[in-house]
Amino acid sequence: MSAKRVSYFEASARARVAALVDPGSFTEFCPPAQRRTSPHLAQLDAPVAFDDGVVVGAATVDGKPVLIAAQEGQFNGGAVGEVHGAKIRGLLERAARERPAAVLLLVDSGGVRLHEANAGLIAISEIMRALMAAQAAGVPVFALVGGACGAFGGMGIVTRLCDEVIMSEEGRLGLSGPEVIETVKGVGEFDSRDRSLVWRVTGGKLRRALGEATRLVDDDASAFRAAAVAALTHHRNAPADLASLKAAQAALTERRATHPDTRDGLEVWRTLGLAQPEAVPMLASDEFNRQLDALATEV
Amino acid sequence: MERFEITLDARPAGAARRSALCGVVASGNLEVLVELGQDPAACTVEVSTSADGFRDIWEAVLADFVERHPAGGLRISINDAGATPAVVSLRLAQAFEDSTGGAA
Repeated sequence: MSAKRVSYFEASARARVAALVDPGSFTEFCPPAQRRTSPHLAQLDAPVAFDDGVVVGAATVDGKPVLIAAQEGQFNGGAVGEVHGAKIRGLLERAARERPAAVLLLVDSGGVRLHEANAGLIAISEIMRALMAAQAAGVPVFALVGGACGAFGGMGIVTRLCDEVIMSEEGRLGLSGPEVIETVKGVGEFDSRDRSLVWRVTGGKLRRALGEATRLVDDDASAFRAAAVAALTHHRNAPADLASLKAAQAALTERRATHPDTRDGLEVWRTLGLAQPEAVPMLASDEFNRQLDALATEV
Repeated sequence: MERFEITLDARPAGAARRSALCGVVASGNLEVLVELGQDPAACTVEVSTSADGFRDIWEAVLADFVERHPAGGLRISINDAGATPAVVSLRLAQAFEDSTGGAA
């Protein structure tokens, strides 16, 4: 392995796949040469991509067979169109049949592609159904979130359905993006140009502290790989049966009571009892995880 | 969007070529797909670009590419989102190198 650090945030979808899987083990389904491009973008006379912005295939990670999908955030914000969505859905349906050790979803998406919104929305619901079918067949699905587009809109929901959510601080997770919230509710509600605030509210550290992300890693492709390898050995299961869903709902209700009217990650750090709330955004993930674990054992 | 195909005389690329993809379709960027073509003495380039009216610039950049690289026998397909000529040259060179498996 090369010692050179690869920023997961900066890497393309293809570079992320190459850094995550065992060398030479990746086989792509529907590769670029098949030119499965978006008919909707063509109709609108907009540029298309040969892979429609998502790479799907089979590989091994630490010797274990996985199916993997990686969204390209630079192409239309990683947004899900008809073909893009069908590739992810097909991969998850294949997982339910072939039962690999896991499915890895490298999410980097603002949500549904507005150029083909109806087809994209249907695709998201199909992905959700296929994801749960894979889980019901005993295949865990892990989301990896560390790209510039984060995981928003429909892909934010898809991410939260996953058994493990591996994030970096740079990765973001939410439903409506900051710009959308500001547009609808005004700058007083959420200043989307306050980058620090945006990351304190949507970034990986807050998501980890609130339990929405299951693992926090540094912005390093090898750290994402290490977390995926660890998850392949031992993983959390997303709540599926009625009892665990009720427990998850109760935890959310309790969270709302613990953090009433919270508007900033800083307030959450303070409420949780982290020693220096204002220093949290700059902590390396190891130190942040150590402080969180220490709080958990104190309780 | 403007679409056109250009065929250029080129020195044969030789054997041991494989298809390669370089770049991403993003503002100011492009993707270059290299595949094996039929005629070993010609390089065909299919361009699909969001910037209309620059065909003469494309022809100059592609002529420069086949001058620098033995691209005969290759079929190149491009999806462009307004890349500058320098970026186009860079991606073509990257894709050409990747199509050798990084050996050349």
